Amino acid sequence: MTMTRRSLLASSAMAAAAATLPAIPAFAQSGDTIKVGILHSLSGTMAISETTLKDVMLMLIEEQNKKGGLLGKKLEAVVVDPASNWPLFAEKARELITQHKVAATFGCWTSVSRKSVLPVFKELNNILFYPVQYEGEESERNVFYTGAAPNQQAIPAVDYLMSKDGGEVKRWVLAGTDYVYPRTTNKILEAYLLAKGVAKEDIMINYTPFGHSDWQTIVADIKKFGSAGKKTAVVSTINGDANVPFYKELGNAGIKATDIPVVAFSVGEEELAGIDTKPLVGHLAAWNYFQSVKNPANEAFIKQWKAYKKSDKAVTNDPMEAHVIGFNMWIKAVEKAKSVAPDAVIDAIVGVEVPNLTGGISKMLPNHHITKPVLIGEIRADGQFDVVWQTKDLVPGDAWTDHLEGSKDLESDWVTLKCGNYNTKLKKCG
Amino acid sequence: MRIIRLPLAALRWLASCLLLGLVLVHAAQAGPLEDAAALFANDSFTDTAKAIELLVDSGAEHAGPAIDALNNRRLFVAADKTVFFRDASGAFIALVSGAKLPAEPAGANGVRVNNRIRSVINTALGTLTLQSPDPAKRRAAAEAVFKSRSPDSETALQAAIRNEKVAAIREIQQTALAAIIATSPNRSDIDRLAAIEVLKERGDRESLTPLNQIPDSAGANVKDAAKAAVQTINNRLATWSAVQNAWYGVSLGSVLLLAAIGLAITFGVMGIINMAHGEMVMIGAYATFIIQEIIRQNAPGLFEYSLAIAIPAAFILAGLIGIAMERLVIRHLYGRPLETLLATWGISLILMQAIRTIFGPTNREVGAPAFMSGSFRIGLIDITYGRVWIVGFALVVFFAVLALLRFTPLGLQMRAVTQNRRMAASMGIRTARVDALTFGLGSGIAGLAGVALSQIDNVSPNLGQSYIIDSFMVVVFGGVGNLWGTLVAALSLGIANKFLEPFAGAVLGKIALLVFIILFIQKRPRGLFALKGRAVEQ
Repeated sequence: MTMTRRSLLASSAMAAAAATLPAIPAFAQSGDTIKVGILHSLSGTMAISETTLKDVMLMLIEEQNKKGGLLGKKLEAVVVDPASNWPLFAEKARELITQHKVAATFGCWTSVSRKSVLPVFKELNNILFYPVQYEGEESERNVFYTGAAPNQQAIPAVDYLMSKDGGEVKRWVLAGTDYVYPRTTNKILEAYLLAKGVAKEDIMINYTPFGHSDWQTIVADIKKFGSAGKKTAVVSTINGDANVPFYKELGNAGIKATDIPVVAFSVGEEELAGIDTKPLVGHLAAWNYFQSVKNPANEAFIKQWKAYKKSDKAVTNDPMEAHVIGFNMWIKAVEKAKSVAPDAVIDAIVGVEVPNLTGGISKMLPNHHITKPVLIGEIRADGQFDVVWQTKDLVPGDAWTDHLEGSKDLESDWVTLKCGNYNTKLKKCG
Repeated sequence: MRIIRLPLAALRWLASCLLLGLVLVHAAQAGPLEDAAALFANDSFTDTAKAIELLVDSGAEHAGPAIDALNNRRLFVAADKTVFFRDASGAFIALVSGAKLPAEPAGANGVRVNNRIRSVINTALGTLTLQSPDPAKRRAAAEAVFKSRSPDSETALQAAIRNEKVAAIREIQQTALAAIIATSPNRSDIDRLAAIEVLKERGDRESLTPLNQIPDSAGANVKDAAKAAVQTINNRLATWSAVQNAWYGVSLGSVLLLAAIGLAITFGVMGIINMAHGEMVMIGAYATFIIQEIIRQNAPGLFEYSLAIAIPAAFILAGLIGIAMERLVIRHLYGRPLETLLATWGISLILMQAIRTIFGPTNREVGAPAFMSGSFRIGLIDITYGRVWIVGFALVVFFAVLALLRFTPLGLQMRAVTQNRRMAASMGIRTARVDALTFGLGSGIAGLAGVALSQIDNVSPNLGQSYIIDSFMVVVFGGVGNLWGTLVAALSLGIANKFLEPFAGAVLGKIALLVFIILFIQKRPRGLFALKGRAVEQ
């Protein structure tokens, strides 16, 4: 209840006031620094993916301070460790906002951790930048989604595989880890495939527990499913840790990318660092960024990152790029609003444009998602990706998919509608 | 001035004439190679596919090497649109002329390949190498044609069948021909029926694909024959799939066994609830990684033996850490299981974070030696070498531990101390030392498990976490304190899991198994093979 009142207030009168005032007293920064929260797991299962995101944020903040900081003040990073523990994410988020008085937070990886901190950010009216590709079906006033929505990753990947260049795939295995992101993504994909005329019996859906390590049966099943005379592909939403044994088993079973290609949504440069990629050459991944993309902005970023990590082997990946975009957007919005007050920034950031690392200009949309290019890459022998296909223009992120009942009528617009789930049929919010 | 200028002008004129002539000659002869080069320069997958076909049709001597170069991303387009490739020896060769280039042309960009192009390349190379002098290459070529079923390869295939001396390879070539005849349009029904018969004879999963692709134009009797053949093959596969499930079960069971043997000693024999057991497994895996790194940097020739070297290293490292744990922490907590549980859990967190700090949170790559990669075929199932080695290794470790406990003085002392500490002590056994050694042995064996698991799982700080629950499950199910129980429990849980998985799926299968164990423990709290006697009753 307090939330609705607060957002109503913000949307009506406060917005105008916030834009003119230099800083609202409640959000005045203690001392001479502006604090930025970093909420990524540094221990536990997710540390494998999230630690680098913390590092990239520290690097960006350091860089910004070298350029003179923000609004004449230095930025100060506040790093907390939610230890891959979902309830702890909420506690740490509260700590960041109430104790450290951060101006904005960059964090979370898994959808469940995001869902766990949502109420905190709403209640305390702060800002979260979420950098990971996710299942969509969500749009919150306090959250900015700089990762891909399903229409910026899953749908284009399937389109590519159905095209001539992708091998004209007719039969689909949707394999995922058993949690909310794969379940929702696969639901969307199944609806999309059925709408495209794929027969029900040509879709096989398979879920495995977190950290599944014995893939023999499933790989044998995939092989069996693929021998029905139609070109088959696997769409994998298998989560981080389980991927290595999955790919090892694929390699062992002799399934080559030319036989049954696997397109993955959670496998990037970072995950491949732990595998011998020679048997995996040709398997695919869909992202909005690859380290191998050639352009000056990306090359400068990679150089900077390698210098920061003091390692020539350090790799960059898609969620890192999302943080780069999100951070730069936040900086621009703060400069535009001349304030770090969340309400002012939330109003100022929509429409902000910053260059991404693939050569385009990403823009923050009224639904708090951004525009991104979609790239399909094939795994190379050296663990990097070759971009084999990419969208001509940037794709605007769609919070509510057009392919599911109940979701296709919803729209999110925090500028004119002031609503994250406006029903276009019933003409009302929620 | 004049004298110099005139010849220069003349030369220039001559040169331009020559160039024009060359261009004219080229235009006149615009053969398949020129067309292919132009298509390669377009940087479109469709054009690249066409270019490959042109190359194959050109019959040029360097067509094979050029396609091979493309496959390995060594075919380039220079800034001036010259197409050239780097052959296996490293020389730069122009695609159109086939002549060696003096230097690499400037501004070269690699021609991109994707899966579609790779399939076209496989077909092309298959067609080109069908009559290679190397039997392994001929076999691979025949398999490639069998997979692609491209009617373009038919003539080359028939020629190859005529010249083939090795019966096994000829058989593959014939099935490849049958696959082409069965699936391509405009064939007589009689030819198709014969082809279906050949495919049915081959009878494996791969033969189902062409049988499912009989064109609609074929006669009804052909379609019926194909359907019958598919049925026959499916029946045969169903029988084999039971064998396959059993093998997968044994293989999963052996992984469970490896992870649990160490725990069967620390928990089963000594009665210590060791939550840090999984971390010992992880340390074993990291020891393997360190050994491989050292070998990679100092003696790459030894890589094939890296796992053999890692086995004692992992055992000693994990064993020493185990002994240190026992001496420093656990010995103060004997007889207090709850405190032990909490303390060892704490140690497990410390070890995990230590490894994370030292090696970083990301996965580390542990390579497989050549003898452990690849697979072979028994009947209709593929068995991977890596799994065979792990099953063998698990059994060797199991029997070695059994022998150690049974036939060595140390084993005797261990059993004596765990059965009756005071009496053992009064017989002159230094019980504290035996405790440390027993715990070290259990930890060391967990380290051995780590060496094997590094081959099939992530080498990350979380490696141990995924095995700790399974290990306890196996030891409790098998009967605490009984090694044979551990063996039987591991194998039966593995097999049960693999037979459940196809019906229930991986998630439900695991739940079903846990429910079964809970019920089983209600009925038989001491597990499958309960120890009898007074010692247990305490």
